[in-house]
Amino acid sequence: MIQIQKSNHHAIRRSGSDITIDVVVWFIGLLALVVTLVPFLHVIAMSVSDPSLVSRQEIYLWPKGVNFDAYRMVMQNKMFWTNYGNTLWIVCVGTLVNIFLTVTLAYPMSRTQFFLRRPIMKLITFTMFFSGGLIPLFIIVNKTGLYNTRWAVILPYAINTYNLIVCRTFFEGIPDSLVESARLDGANDIRVLFSIVLPLSKAILAVLVLFYAVAHWNSYFPAMLFIPKTDLQPVQVYLIRVLIQDTEALAEEGSAGYSRALIVEQLKYAVIIVTVLPVAVLYPFLQKYFVQGVMIGAIKG
Amino acid sequence: MNNPLTARRPSVWRKCLQAKYLILLMLPGLIYYLVFHYAPMYGVLMAFKNYKGGTTIWNAPWVGLKWFQEFFESYYFGRLLSNTLIISLLNLVFSFPIPILFALALHEMRSRSFKRVVQTVSYLPHFISVVVIVGMLKAMLSPTDGVINNLIRASGGNAINFFGTADYFRPLYIGSDVWQSFGWNSIIYLAALTSADPALYEAARIDGANRWQQIVHVSIPCILPTIIILLIMQLGRTMSVGYEKIILMYEPATYEVADVISTYVYRRGILKGQFSFSTAVGLFNSVINLVLLVAVNALSRRVSDVSMW
Repeated sequence: MIQIQKSNHHAIRRSGSDITIDVVVWFIGLLALVVTLVPFLHVIAMSVSDPSLVSRQEIYLWPKGVNFDAYRMVMQNKMFWTNYGNTLWIVCVGTLVNIFLTVTLAYPMSRTQFFLRRPIMKLITFTMFFSGGLIPLFIIVNKTGLYNTRWAVILPYAINTYNLIVCRTFFEGIPDSLVESARLDGANDIRVLFSIVLPLSKAILAVLVLFYAVAHWNSYFPAMLFIPKTDLQPVQVYLIRVLIQDTEALAEEGSAGYSRALIVEQLKYAVIIVTVLPVAVLYPFLQKYFVQGVMIGAIKG
Repeated sequence: MNNPLTARRPSVWRKCLQAKYLILLMLPGLIYYLVFHYAPMYGVLMAFKNYKGGTTIWNAPWVGLKWFQEFFESYYFGRLLSNTLIISLLNLVFSFPIPILFALALHEMRSRSFKRVVQTVSYLPHFISVVVIVGMLKAMLSPTDGVINNLIRASGGNAINFFGTADYFRPLYIGSDVWQSFGWNSIIYLAALTSADPALYEAARIDGANRWQQIVHVSIPCILPTIIILLIMQLGRTMSVGYEKIILMYEPATYEVADVISTYVYRRGILKGQFSFSTAVGLFNSVINLVLLVAVNALSRRVSDVSMW
């Protein structure tokens, strides 16, 4: 009797603590959702509402008097499109360069019997611990003639050492027997890489493409340093002028029937949405690759 | 005839010849590291010279430790160092533990679909650029037409110039950092949690542990190694705070709390063109960074057998 009562009592107490945890966990989950989404909802609501309501500050999280004039104005802005195009070019060309250089260096570094593997790897990892700093790099970019070209944000960042190590770790996991048998069939290392190793490495290639592409899409600092010419700059630098320095005139006086002061604030919100949209739309579909990338990196780290 | 010098040479050559395709493959990447990493290291010589452009770095006159002395004696030295350390410390106190708590909470979620939604949404800010984050902050906190000041005025307060007030800089910097990274940084802990042996939880349940006790006695010990490694790596990054965001956020009015070594190097070197002086300041930062990393790595090897090299 006593025994049963005791365990009963215990069962009740346990479920009590279980419920508390469930409540706390739900609360944390909802809090995370709200905290993350509210700023975006506000930006969206601001960008699609009636400009006069926006300037009277009547918009919070839900749009009122839906109106896409701000977007129309952004779309008509020449400088915005020039800079947006530059970003697309930098993302495409830059990622190609990244992948090519990362893969061709990671493969030799994954061959355990390669006699230069250790010294070169030391040379590479040392750069993660010490760098010459900003100013010497600035001078190199000037001396190599990259200054004020779009290559200045591509070539100096052609390999991310962390990504290189992730890629090498992946290559090391490919069975040696596959490589050896291809070699016996008379294939040289270049052929082995491109026709045996790479087809087996689609997972890691996807991860690398995503990491590099997002980094290019979001990067602004190298462009601010190395590309003073406005029509070569990526869209992030354009955003700095519009959002942070307030120096770019997005709208001309009287355009679309509104006074400039009325719409200039709203344009900021529309520009944010237009630049965030590609990443935000693609991301949910690609999420699993991103997470995979973190995992592969974590095993090594 | 058979002296070691002539005997060794052909063997290295033969090795190279044997590995010629591997060498060919790694050549572009190697050139990249030499040009964009090792050549700048040579450029560090500027810190000991008076280089003003025009000539080569080698031909510029030596000045010894003049620039270092100037920096150490300047009013800025103490301010920059303490700002760098304070921002790093705040990161450690706020940005570091929150993803751990968040991962533990995610792990306890029973509804798989809710968990997936929370994960997907909370990872998203990681993919937004710092420019957009700071831009959103500036727009929403604007003293004239930002929504926050709008609410403050509606409730009878006076508008606050958030970005122009030194007291608000650090909360804004750290707060937006937590907002951007808490979800993404929880992935690694969540991975450690999901790979935990289910038998451990089973055993804990049989022993009568409730869920809270399971968290404390199974989940936390399970991610403790990960926490230690990441903590050590974080310590190694003490000197490299996120200056790309600070450059966008700070204003002359907030320099006293916001200016860190890297932003100072940027202003003096790039904007004012004082190459030698700012290279010296940057070198000071790099050297401390290197010392920290080596120390932290030794520590890591001792406590967890994990090291970065």
